Parts: sequence; structure tokens; C-alpha cells
Amino acid sequence: MKAPSFAYAKPRSLAEAFDLLERPGAKILAGGQSLIPSLNLRLSSPELLVDITGIKGLSKIEPANGMVRIGALCTHAELERSTELKQHLPLIPEAAAHIAHPAIRNRGTLGGSLALADPAAELPACALALDAVLVLAARKGERRVSAADFFKGLFETDLRRGEVLVGAEFPKADKSAFLELTRRQGDYAIVGLAGVARSSERRLAFFGVGSTPVLIKAGSLEEARASLPMPAADLYHSPSTKLHLARVLLERAWTRL
Amino acid sequence: MDEALITTMTVNGARVTRSVPARQHLVDFLREELGLTGSHIGCEQGVCGACTIRVNGEIVRGCLMLAVQANGCRVETIEGLSDSKELEKLQAAFHRRNALQCGFCTPGMLMAAQDLIRTGRKASREEIRAQISGNYCRCTGYQAIVDAIEEVING
Amino acid sequence: MGKAELPLHAPGTQVDKGYIGESVPRPNAQRLLQGRGAFTDDLRFPRLAHVAFFRSPYAHAKIKKLELKNALRSPGVIGIFDGRAVAEYCKPWVGVLAHLKGIKSPPQHAVAIERACWQGEACAAVVAESRTQAEDAVQLIEAEWEELPVVVDMEASLRGDVVIHEELKDNVCFKREHDTGGVDEAFAGADVVVEDTFHFGRHTGVCPEGRAILADYNAAEHSLTVYHATQAPHMMQDIFSRHLGIPEANVRVIARDLGGSYGIKVHVYADEMATAALSVMLRRPVKFVADRLESFVSDIHAREHRAKVRLAVSKEGQILAFDLDDLTAIGPYSVYPRTSGIEGNQVVNLTGGPYRHQKYKARMHVVFTNKNLCCQYRAVGHPIAVALTEGIVDLAAQKLGMDPAEFRRKNLIPDDAYPYTFPSGIKFEKLSHHKALDLLLKIMDYQKLREEQEALRARSVFRGIGLAAMIEVTNPSPAFYGVGGARISAQDGATLRLEPTGMVTVMCGVTEQGQGTEGIFAQIAASAVGVSIEKVKVITGDTGVTPYGGGTWASRGAGIGGEAVLLAGRALRSNMLDVAACILKVEKAELDIENNQIINKLTREPKLPLEELGRIAYFRPDTLPVDFQSELTVTRHYTPRQYGFTFTNGIQASLAEVDPDTGFVRLLKHWCVEDAGTVINPMLVDEQIRGGVVQGIGAALYEECLYGPDGQLLNGNMADYLVPMSGEMPDIVCAHIETPTLQSQLGAKGVGEAGTAGAPGAVMNAVNDALAPLGARVTRMPFTPERILQALKKV
Repeated sequence: MKAPSFAYAKPRSLAEAFDLLERPGAKILAGGQSLIPSLNLRLSSPELLVDITGIKGLSKIEPANGMVRIGALCTHAELERSTELKQHLPLIPEAAAHIAHPAIRNRGTLGGSLALADPAAELPACALALDAVLVLAARKGERRVSAADFFKGLFETDLRRGEVLVGAEFPKADKSAFLELTRRQGDYAIVGLAGVARSSERRLAFFGVGSTPVLIKAGSLEEARASLPMPAADLYHSPSTKLHLARVLLERAWTRL
Repeated sequence: MDEALITTMTVNGARVTRSVPARQHLVDFLREELGLTGSHIGCEQGVCGACTIRVNGEIVRGCLMLAVQANGCRVETIEGLSDSKELEKLQAAFHRRNALQCGFCTPGMLMAAQDLIRTGRKASREEIRAQISGNYCRCTGYQAIVDAIEEVING
Repeated sequence: MGKAELPLHAPGTQVDKGYIGESVPRPNAQRLLQGRGAFTDDLRFPRLAHVAFFRSPYAHAKIKKLELKNALRSPGVIGIFDGRAVAEYCKPWVGVLAHLKGIKSPPQHAVAIERACWQGEACAAVVAESRTQAEDAVQLIEAEWEELPVVVDMEASLRGDVVIHEELKDNVCFKREHDTGGVDEAFAGADVVVEDTFHFGRHTGVCPEGRAILADYNAAEHSLTVYHATQAPHMMQDIFSRHLGIPEANVRVIARDLGGSYGIKVHVYADEMATAALSVMLRRPVKFVADRLESFVSDIHAREHRAKVRLAVSKEGQILAFDLDDLTAIGPYSVYPRTSGIEGNQVVNLTGGPYRHQKYKARMHVVFTNKNLCCQYRAVGHPIAVALTEGIVDLAAQKLGMDPAEFRRKNLIPDDAYPYTFPSGIKFEKLSHHKALDLLLKIMDYQKLREEQEALRARSVFRGIGLAAMIEVTNPSPAFYGVGGARISAQDGATLRLEPTGMVTVMCGVTEQGQGTEGIFAQIAASAVGVSIEKVKVITGDTGVTPYGGGTWASRGAGIGGEAVLLAGRALRSNMLDVAACILKVEKAELDIENNQIINKLTREPKLPLEELGRIAYFRPDTLPVDFQSELTVTRHYTPRQYGFTFTNGIQASLAEVDPDTGFVRLLKHWCVEDAGTVINPMLVDEQIRGGVVQGIGAALYEECLYGPDGQLLNGNMADYLVPMSGEMPDIVCAHIETPTLQSQLGAKGVGEAGTAGAPGAVMNAVNDALAPLGARVTRMPFTPERILQALKKV
């Protein structure tokens, strides 16, 4: 499966990137761990790949007041290993460890995962659970969008043409829990749950249940159970199986929050 | 017409400059252009791990990286790590324990295993299995591979 | 674990075990460890062209028109050819054999001509300077289709509402009935009758290396050299010759390193035949490597069965009779040349295999569907037969309140009952079911596991132990294919040549795919000749070099190829001693060969190094008696004659834990006791078993080719089709019993498929044993969490 033909450019600055992104059929390439398979499978045919991994300053991990700002080009491996994140935002390294396999984690990025918005992916659900704010840069300036507003539909986000996701700000949590059910280590989740407790609020972001991660805010377990929407089926699991599994994860996570 | 970019990288210690089609992935480049056929193509989807190589000291899926993205990078393949003897102990353990049969997954498997061995950490069998959980083997059933890696890690 | 004693047939024969029974690491693994193997896609040729195929997106459709003009203009394209163009160079084939009475299938072409009959069937071939350019051009082909009704469901196919090939009148490729008589009476009179229906999901091999072929036609010589990732080079030589119209000896098939095969690469594939035809047509080398997406829709699938089985049992727990109704769905053609009727045929032959009942009735149908083609895949039929047998046996044991091990003990054929003819007609030379069961229960500490299970149940942890006794077909005689008219060789040959420096080159018609063929041949040759193992070099997989043989299939390599190597080795040893006797001017009977030296047999004193013997024989024959000619290249052949198939026996056990909340199964451990006769290399045997067990686990828990109602494969990629990976697999304990076959001096039976044959049944029984206290039972493989949750009535 060989990719179709495309042009390639590697800007050295965001300004250069913005120019390149104006060209027809331009698409952002970062880690490539989702984009390149889709190219190899001939599922997409962009005309120009804009490789943003050469832009400096986009892979910092910066704890600040009550939150951590993470640059979009941080790789999953960096997230997994980060002592700062383990200290300030343990949900993220815990989730990152579940992403695919080490070789993939060395290249895949936070920004890539958030911008793709695969409904079975870990990091979008974490962003939703933590009530993160995504920072989108464009030539005319930055835009800040909450995770809840960012994930709109199946592989559909609020990222507009000409914008580059440069980072996200994750408010800290009192407690967090990450659970996912997969047939095999590293698979996309059948059903997963990123849970966050802040004071009395419980925020539970389910993934693998629909076209986007689904957020439930609940004060009690019963309330949470009742709020679970009926998930969509996947290749191997009916909606009722997914719902059942979501409930199992909910119960297992609740005790940890 | 395929757009090509002049790309320079170091492969197994040797500097290499080529005009590379933008769409050619790194393993195809290594195999077709440089004749380094030790890295294998099993799925071109990033799932099977047969293409696992090292770029700038980190293991990556060679099929999920464009060759042009390796511009300015240090690439190491199974041939290089064999000649440098970095994999000698691990290869000997694999050989002794028959941790390979057809050999197609083996270069990628060795790369993945070495990634863990290099850390110098002790690892349990479960951790070893987790480390190679992204490398598909159909012949061995994995146990001999885990045994061989365990032998090298735990001495 | 016992060491092998080569069977003695002549009194006073010296037994020279040598390397037999030793776990010698494989010499040919070194290159693979360094990435310095030579897989077919690694080879480079001048003017090499690449082919990609335009494949039908429909499961059943008439090809009304192929518009090629845009594709022809695509950069790098050398030519684009439809089915008619390729048919001028390649004759079609029919996958039938005479001994499968009534089997029928229409002719199949290398590239479809009028009609595509499965999604993925090649309908045009694009040849270009590179694979990438060929794929670009494939995308530019425009086709007009007329969709035809699609047959997907096996029961619907059997009913024949829609007949795929009108000229055949129905969709039945093959059917078989077997009746010993007395079965209805046995059921009528039985104290207990149990019945169940087992479903087996269609699945496939997923070889790490895609199918690969590089055909190189030389127009000046009208000769064809094919570098082919095939298990059976001689079979392919014959087929290329007959279907491409090239004289047999002008065709040379070379199998270099193969990245896994498991039976997938022993069949004739239309796209591979097309590739060879294109090389002839274009007069240049042409290569085809199936990429992963293509593999899923074109590598053979297997094992889609619906098996209804009944067991009649006495209240003491004695099995009285088996009754089987098996239905299996294949693709729209029976595959050539082994036919797609064999798998179902084996299920009929093997059901109930380990047990000593006398009454058996079976009905089996093989039906066409518009899904991918099906044919033999590792352990052919055995996984089905073993699982349904062992599943129904466990059900009977449960109903009688008997321990499953004890139930089996009551019914396994006694170890002293041989030779034995089984109710399906198959004949056993000598098996060791009881010895195997005893050994299994011992190595797994069965009692302790049962006690643990009991204790854990009280804490709502649900573990299960599943047993699966089995018999396995190995070392087949011509009874498998030859008698049906197939030009598939059940005999094999080995040539051993002493080199001037005292090394021995072995050339054999059996092939290597990583199981260790070349390793064990080196062990046997070294032992038989008297040289040390590093002096032996083995060559396989080249029809231009090796004796005529059958290649690798049906676990024949060690037993048949190994015997040929042994016979040739002993003959070479004798000829070397003839030369030595001349050189040393002593009686041959005084000499022997040991550790690369001619020695005095009595005193063991070295008399002549082999490199000296070689120097004299090859470069100084003038110093030998005038009427003496040394013959230091020897060929011997071997065919198993006494038994149609040399059956082996084994028994496996699985320990599993089921999470009743999620339906997830965790495999804790697996055991396999196997009797494959003389064990040449215990480590290689263990590894074959382990690899086979994991494949079987794949079938039981993970793997299924999912088709939509329109015949579309829904999960044909590595992310969606689930193959077993290391994180979920248990450790597998192996133990051997050795009951040598007396049909050969080596005494080796086959073992390559044993793991795959028994694992699905063992895992199924373990899962059901775990679920039993919860009143749930699963019989549809693979046992996904959903299916387990459904059985538990939680969804």
C-alpha cells in the first residue's frame, strides 16, 4: 500500500507554516502515526504535507498556577516519562502509557491526537475530563477553545483552516483515574474512561462510545449510571455490550475518585 | 510527477544524500534505495512492528515515517546494530533459545527488545511482554522470545 | 523427556544417535538474526517490473467494461492486461480431485474474465516500473459493473436460493456421508444423549511476509525461473510448466527465505499465476508482493464451519456413538490443486478420533459463497474436529457428573490396542493416549488446579480447566492427493555429497519456512555420516538442485524428508568407508567414521581425516585401485507405504480465568503433551507446538474474517483483524512421549500442526469450565467478550 503523490514542506516557524497552510490541499503533519497509515491505505490524498515538527518551542511541559501547559509537539513518550506530569497531572502519563506501543509513542504527539479526535483515543478524553483549553494559533492570533467545544463530531474538531494547534492547558485535578478495556495491549479502546475529581465534582469522559468522547458530570454513582448514553456499536460489540462495559468501568473508576 | 527532495541522513554511521520522493516512507527508502533489506514490511499500517528501526536513538515504525522526515537524522537498522555488535548478546540468546523461526519479525523484535535492555532496568516477564506487545510474531508463540530477552536482562 | 533411540530393524545394527535428540540451535538462523536473509522481496533484478492488481470491489458482479486509457497514461506504466490478455499465456485450472467423489468446481482464470466472484478477485493487472506507480495506475482504472446476487450465508448457500455457478446447478462443491451402521440403534438405546452445535469463525493465516513471487522468463531459452515464496517448489514447477506451456525441466522454482507460511503458501493463487504469465508475455522479470490489505482478501481463508454433533453415552460414561452434521462455507472456487474439499473431509475422518466407540455417522457439505477462497491452513480440519469432539465429550462428562479427565480415561483407545482401525476408516499404527493423559495430569498438577479452582470459585473468581485430546495426520502417503490425480509428490529425496574438504552438502526436496527443516537435516546427516554438525551445509527449496520432492505440508518434513536424509547419509557413510578401505588397505569392516575422521572401529583410533579422504578421492584417484570408483554423492528417496497417514496423538490443557463482568478471558497457562515419535530436536519441536498453540488461541478468542451481507470483508486490516500478540499469551509447557513409527529407520512422525489442532478445543473447554457455575456456555468461536456476556445473559 503505497501513498499517493504529495508535496512536502517543513516550515521553520509558525509564520511560515501559516503561509504554507493557505495552499490548496495542505495538511499538517506532525508525528504522522495516524496520518501516514491513512496515506499508505490511500484513505486520504492531500496535495501538500506541512511538517510542523521543525518549529521550536512547541514541546514544553510547563506547570503554572493550578494547571499544566503542554506543547502540542510533545510526544506520547515524553508525556509518559515526564516527572512533572506525574507530579502535577498524573492522568496524562497514565493515559499515554496506553497509547499503542513504544515505537509509536516515540513519534505520535499530543497535538496530533487532539487534532485527529479519534473517538477511541485516550488523550481527547483526558482533555475533556480535565476541562482543558486548547490553544489554536493562526496568522491573525491565538484562539482558545475548551475541549468540550473542540470535539464536534467523528474526526471533526473546531480546528479551522490555517490554524495550528500549538498546545493545551490542563487544569489540575484532586484525583484522577484512567481505565480502558482493550482486547490486546495497545489497541484502540473498546470502551475507556478518563475520570477526574475536583472538590465535589466528578468529571467522567468516556471514549470508544460514540463519535466523540462523552462527558458525564455527576455527584453520585447512580446519577452517573443514569446519564450514560447508549453507545454506538463497533465491529465486534453491540451498543448494549458497550453500555454494559461502560457501566463496569464506571463502577471501577468511581471508587478511585 | 513525484516531488522529490534532497535528503541527507546518516545510516548505520554512513552519511547518505539522495533525492527522495516525498511520499516514500523510510523503510521503503532503506530497502529500495540503500539495499538495506533487513527491515521488513508487514503491514504499512504501523501495527505489526516488522519495520521497527532506530531514528536518533529511538525506536520508530519505519513505515510511519517519511524518508524526507529523516533529513538530518541518525538512522540505525538491524544490519548496523549487528555489525556494531550492540545486539550480539541478544542475538546469541535468541539463537540459543530458537526465539525466531521464519525470521521476518526478528529484526523489529530485536530492535524493540534492545530498547528495553538499553535502559539497564530489570524487567519482569509481564514487562517484557508489554515491551514487545507491538511486534507481531506468528511462528514462535512469543515464549522463547520472552525467555531470551529475560535471560539478557536479568543476567 | 526421553532421548530418541533410533529403532533397530536388523539385529546387531549399531545405533548411532549422534545429534538426534539434541536441541541444537539452527545454523541458518544466524542470517535471519542480522537481517541478512533473502526473502523474495529482497531480491533485485535488472529490468524488474512490478505488478499491482485492480481488484473487484464487489462480491459478485459481471465485468461489463474496463476503461484503461487514463491508467495507461500514468507515469511508469508498462502495460495493463485484462483477463483475456492473461488467458492467452495461462491456462485456467479446476480444483477437483478424483478421490473426492462428486467434487465440482468451475474453471478459474488467473485474472477474472467475465465475472468477479469475490470481493478482492483480480480483474486487471497493471505492470509498471515500480509498485508505487502500478498502484497509482490501478486507481485510474474505470470499470462498469453489473452487480449480481451475493451468497454469503452458508445455510442460504446450501438451500440454493441463489446459485453462484448456474452450470453446476447448486452451490455444493463437495459432500460426504459416512455410516458405520448401528448408529440410530446406539442412540435409541443410550442412557444419555448430549447434543450441541458449534460454530467456527472463518479466519486466515496472516503470514508476516505477504505472498511474494518474482518470475523471470528468458525468451531466448523459453525458460522460466520463479523465485517464489512457496512451500512446494516442485508442485509449482509442474503447474507453471503445464499452465504456461513451458517444458517442465525449463522451469526452475526457487524458494528462498519465507516469512511464515502455515499452509497459506502451498496453494495456487490466481494473481501469482498471472505474475508468471506476465513475465512470459513481457519477456522480463516481474514481481508481485501482496500487501497487507490484499492479503486479507486474497490469501486463503479457512475453517468456517457449523457443526452439529450428538453423543450417545452409557450411564457408566462409555461413549457409544458419534453423529455429526458439518456444514462449511468456502469461496466461489475450489482451490487448486489440493481442493477445498479436504478440510471438511478431514473433519469427517477425525471427529471422535481419540476414542474407542465403534459407531459413527456423519454428513458433511462444502458450499460455495461469494467470499474469499478457502483451502488448507495449518492443521486443516483438526481444530474443528478436535474442538467439537472435546466440546461434546466435556458436555457429556458434565451431564454425568464425571470429572472430564476421568471421562476421557474411560474412553480413550487403550495403549495396547494397536494397530487399530477407527470407525471413519483411518488406521492407527500405535498411539499413546493413556500415557499422554497421565503425563499431562502430572505436569499440570491437575488435582491441585482443581482444588484451587474450587477455592477461588467461593471468592467469585472463575477459572476453568479445559482438556483436548487429539490425533493428528502426519507423513502422508499418496493417499492424500496423489491417488486423486494430483501431481503432488508424497515421496521425497535427499542427496548427500562429501566435499573435498570433508564437509557434507545435503540437498533435499522438503522446504524450510523457519520450523527448522534445514537444522534437523543437518543433525540427521551429521549423525548418519559421522561428521560434526558444523561440517554440514543444507540446501532446500530449489527444483534445479534438490531431488524431486513434495516440499512442506501435512507435517511431513521430519518424517519423510528426514528419513531420506538418514538413508542417504548411511549410504554415503558406506561409500566413504569403501574409499577409506582402499586408501588404508584394510577391510571395510574394520573401519568407522566418527567426528570427521575415519577410525578403527574396535580401538576407536583415528586413521584418516576426512579432508584427506576427500583430497585423494577427488584429486588423486590415480592412487586408488584401477577397478575402483569412489561414489561420494548419494541420493535416496523415501515414501511412507504402510499407512496412508502416520497418526500421532497428543493432549492439551488450558487454564483460563473469565471476568464475568467484562466477558474478558485471561489465559493463565497452557500445556501440551505430544507423541510425535522420534524427536530429532526437542527445542524445535517445542517451538513448533508453542507457535501452533498461539495460532489456535487466535482462532478461539480473537480471529474472525467478518463479512457484511453484501460479501464485503469488514475487518481486512491489521488494526481490525485481531491476531494474538505477546501481551495476552500464556506460557506453554511442552512434554514429549516418543512412540517411533516402524515405517522408517528414523521413527519420526510429524508435529508441526499439533499445537494448532488442539488449542481451540482446550481453550473452549476451559472457558466453558469457568462459566459452568454461572450456568453459561459458549460454542461460537471466537469467544469475544460480547459472546461471553451474551452467554451470561448480561447483554
